[in-house]
Amino acid sequence: MKRALPGLAVNGLLCLGAAFSLLPLFWMLSVSFMRPGEADSFPPPLLPHAPSLAAYRTLFAEQGMGRYFVNSLFLASAATVLSLGFNVMAGYAFAKLRFAGRERLFQLLLLALVIPGQVAMIPLFLMLKDIGLVNNFGGILVPAAASVFGIFLVRQYAQSIPDEILEAARVDGAGEFRIFASIVAPILQPIMVTLATFTFMGAWNDFMWPLIVLSDERLYTLPVALASLSREHVQDAELMMAGAVVTVLPVLALFIVLQRYYIRGLLAGSVKG
Amino acid sequence: MKGQGAGWLFVAPALAVIGLFFFAPAVAALGLSLTDFDIYALADWRNLRFVGLRNYTELLANPLFWQALRNTLYFVAVGVPLSIGASLAAALLLDSRLARFKGFFRTALFAPVVTTLVAVAVIWRYLLHTRYGLINYALGAVGISPIDWLGDPRWAMPAIILFAVWKNFGYNMLIFVAGLQTIPEELYEAARMDGASALRRFWHVTLPGLAPVVLLVSLLTIAGYLQLFAEPYVMTQGGPGQSTVSVLYFMYEQGFKWWNLGVASAVAFLLFLMMLAVTFVQLAVARRRGVL
Repeated sequence: MKRALPGLAVNGLLCLGAAFSLLPLFWMLSVSFMRPGEADSFPPPLLPHAPSLAAYRTLFAEQGMGRYFVNSLFLASAATVLSLGFNVMAGYAFAKLRFAGRERLFQLLLLALVIPGQVAMIPLFLMLKDIGLVNNFGGILVPAAASVFGIFLVRQYAQSIPDEILEAARVDGAGEFRIFASIVAPILQPIMVTLATFTFMGAWNDFMWPLIVLSDERLYTLPVALASLSREHVQDAELMMAGAVVTVLPVLALFIVLQRYYIRGLLAGSVKG
Repeated sequence: MKGQGAGWLFVAPALAVIGLFFFAPAVAALGLSLTDFDIYALADWRNLRFVGLRNYTELLANPLFWQALRNTLYFVAVGVPLSIGASLAAALLLDSRLARFKGFFRTALFAPVVTTLVAVAVIWRYLLHTRYGLINYALGAVGISPIDWLGDPRWAMPAIILFAVWKNFGYNMLIFVAGLQTIPEELYEAARMDGASALRRFWHVTLPGLAPVVLLVSLLTIAGYLQLFAEPYVMTQGGPGQSTVSVLYFMYEQGFKWWNLGVASAVAFLLFLMMLAVTFVQLAVARRRGVL
C-alpha cells in the first residue's frame, strides 16, 4: 500500500501535463465546429451546441483555403524530394567515398550550424530577386534543397554500412552510381524516412522565409495565409480555429504515424551534437 | 584512385546549394551591413553607398533597438529556465518506473512541438482573450479577476513565454529522457543503499549525470529563443506599447517593411554575435565546473 501513493502522484501529474499539452488542441478542434459567433460567449463553451461545418465552408469557399493547402502540400513535398536527393548522396559520400579534402570540407559544413539562418536571409533575398525567384516557389525550394543537418544525419547512419559490400560490388565492376542506387539506397531507407519526415514538417511549418519571399496572395502557404487572415478576421474565432485545424492536422497525423523515425532524427541531431 | 571523382560528384550538388545559398549570403550580410542599402538601392544598385559602421552606431543609439534587445533578453532569461524546468520535470515523470501508459504520455506531451507555430499562436490568442478566453475563465474560478494578457504591456511578454513553454518543452523532454537512460542503474542502487532520499538521489546522481545534456539543451534553447519572431508577429504585432518587439521582429520591420536592408543586416549580425557570445560563456562555465 505504501507504493500506491507515489504511483498515483506520478500518473496524476502526467495526466495534468497531458491535459496542459492537449487541451488547446482539443479546444481548437471543438471551436472549429461551432456556428459563427458561438465561441464568443461567457462562460466559454467547451463543446459545440450543434456541430456545424460552417466555418470550414467559409474558409474554403470564400477565403481560398484550398489553394493555400495545395501550395503548402506542393512546397513541402517538393522540398522533401529535393532534400532527399541532395542530402542522401552527399551524406553517403562524406561517410563512405574517399576524396581529397573530405574531412576538412565536412568540418567547414558543421561551422554553418552556428550561423543563424536569419543572417543569410537578406542577401539571399536580394540574390533571389536578381534571378527572378522572389515571389516564386523557386525562392522557397532552392535554398531548401540541401541542408547541413540532413547531410549530417545521413552521414552518421551511412557510416555503419560495411565497406566489404561496397568493395565486392566494385570488384564485380559496378559503377559508383549503380552501387548507390542498388545497394546503398535500400540500406539507407530508414534514415531517408527520418529525413523526409523532418524536411516535410519543417517546410510545412516554416513561416518567416515564405512570409518574406511570397508577396502574391495566391502563392501563400498555410501559415502565411493564416497569419494574414488572423490580422483581418480577429473576431471570427470559429473561422480561425478551422484554419488552424487545416494547418495543424496534417503534420500532427504525419508525426503520429512516423513517430519512431522522427524521434530518431531528433536525438541524432542533438544528443550526439 | 577510383571513387575520388565519384565522391566529388556526389557531394557537389549539396555543397553548391549550401555554399551559394547559405555561406555566400551569410558573408555578404557583413558587407551589406556596412552600406546604406535602402529602397532606392533596391530600385538601382548605383544608389548604394559604403557607410562604414554607421548602421551599427545608429542602432546602438536607437531606443527601439534597445527595447527589442531588452524584450528578447527578458524572453530568454525567463523562458529558457521555465522551458528547461518543465522539460526536465516531464522527463523525470516519464522515466519513472511508476508511470503507466508511457507511450501515450510521451506522444501527448510532445504533440505541441510538431504543430505549426503560426496556427497554435492563433489558438493561444483566443485562449488568452480577456473576456471569452478559457485561461481567464479558469482563473476566475479560483477568484482571480480577468487579466488583459495581450493588451497590457506588463502581461504580454509573460503570456508569450507561457505559450512558448507549452509549444517547446516536449522537445527537450525527449532529449532528457534519452539522457536519463544513460545513467547507470547501479549508481541509484548504491545511493539507495546509503539511505539517500529521492531528492538527494536526484541532486547527487541524476543532475550530475545529466549535466552535459543540460548544457547542450540550454545552448540550443537559448539560441532558439533569441530568434523569437512568429509569436509576437501573430499574437501581438509587437505591441502593446512595443513590449513584445523582439530583435528579429525589429529586423523584419526594418528590412521588409521599411526596406532598410543595410540596417536590417546589421541587426542580424548583432544577433549572430550575441548567440556566439552566449555559446562561449556557457562553454567556459561548463569547462570550469568540469562538465566538459
